Amino acid sequence: MKKIILPVLFILTMTCIGICLSAADKAVEKRIPNKKTEKGREIAISPPPFSAGIFPCTECHSGMPVNYNRRALTEEHANIVFTHDEKNRWCLDCHSAGNRDFLHLASGRLVSFQESYKLCGQCHGPKLRDWEKGVHGKRSGYWNGEKKYLLCVHCHNPHSPAFNPLQPMPPPVRQENIR
Amino acid sequence: MKNKIENAGIPMEEKDKSTTTRKNLLKTAAAAGMMLATGCKMSMEEFLQKNFKTLTDSEKKEIITRLESEYSKKYGKKFTVSAQEPIEGTLFGYALDISRCIGCRRCVYACVNENNQSRKPQVHWIQVLQMDKEKGIDYHHSDTHYNPPKVPLEGHFYLPVACQQCRNPQCTTVCPVKATWQEIDGIVVVDYNWCIGCRNCMAACPYGARHFNWGQPSIPNEEVNPETHYLGNRPRMKGVVEKCTFCIQRARAGLYPSCVEVCPVGARKFGNLLDPESEIRYILKTKRVLILKEDLNTQPKFYYFFGV
Repeated sequence: MKKIILPVLFILTMTCIGICLSAADKAVEKRIPNKKTEKGREIAISPPPFSAGIFPCTECHSGMPVNYNRRALTEEHANIVFTHDEKNRWCLDCHSAGNRDFLHLASGRLVSFQESYKLCGQCHGPKLRDWEKGVHGKRSGYWNGEKKYLLCVHCHNPHSPAFNPLQPMPPPVRQENIR
Repeated sequence: MKNKIENAGIPMEEKDKSTTTRKNLLKTAAAAGMMLATGCKMSMEEFLQKNFKTLTDSEKKEIITRLESEYSKKYGKKFTVSAQEPIEGTLFGYALDISRCIGCRRCVYACVNENNQSRKPQVHWIQVLQMDKEKGIDYHHSDTHYNPPKVPLEGHFYLPVACQQCRNPQCTTVCPVKATWQEIDGIVVVDYNWCIGCRNCMAACPYGARHFNWGQPSIPNEEVNPETHYLGNRPRMKGVVEKCTFCIQRARAGLYPSCVEVCPVGARKFGNLLDPESEIRYILKTKRVLILKEDLNTQPKFYYFFGV
């Protein structure tokens, strides 16, 4: 008799636990709006911030022979201040020599300027991970719906990425001067 | 006995009517007397208004129509006053990345504009504390009046402080008239019409997050924000306490608070603590997080974290 009761008891308790768990799941589902249908959509606020008249790059570069020698640019693009691991890198480490309208990953795969975050993420992996979750960088729009994101290059100049200091807004009036 | 004799010949319906009108008359007369005695300029309806939490839907509607026309007339703009209820299944939380904030005060003024804080006398819901990196979080040596040409200043970090939206809000327990309470979605709100201005809540708040309208609040007509919520950014009167509501008028419409929208470094994060996929839950799971004055057991829903 005992031999039969034990497995039956076991099955009964397991089903009970199962029912409880699924009920709890349902309660949670009911409380939280469905993420897949209501949110998850993210759109870029604006296209990459090119300097005026600089894109498409092929407009000037298409006929030019490629010079693969590392050098400081003196004639064109001389206004670019490059302080982004400048000891180890230069233009063609990110910009594609074959198609100037694209960037390239370390693997050689081309990525468009709209997807430049993939390029940044090769070195800044944890930042890319946080950015994808909406924690690094700015999100605007709806906390429970459509969000707008900025690319890395909207806040960080890719050639000298440190965030520039800002002028602060005026300090509050001192308590004794409040009228 | 006397009443019985007086009422004897009157049919039941009429009797009811007469008592209710008498009751109303007495109420109105008493109110008018009080208003005369105190020299109050408010309308009869406003004077007799009950605590917001006890109002029926129709009463709320009436009050809102009254307020909308009042504000529209005063500011020469079409006002909407919402009384939107909490969204089911939300508990709002906020996170601020101390390692990113540069102390530019954009949030302070975005908040003033969005939430119709008085410009003169000045009311700011957000205080940005400049602190010494060597000292760490040290309130006594912090400075809110810093004004260098550029921020961040070398060797300093910045700690913006507004209402911490405590789970255990002492400001609400000390209110003698229950004019402030925590809503089901976690936002601590004030019914400005019910507030008597005793400022007990300000004394109880360990974060200095509540602000009193010492003078008649003034906002230029062209700057006033006409999209308001009854429990949030509608124009306030002299003698009432106000505070951050996570932009209740925006948050309950699904939008981020305006401090989140304006922050140029993306240090401010907002979302639903009950949604495991939200940004705020990701932060709590993966970042080093702290709350202010943890030892007081106020249990804030406003978290500070280190994003790097």
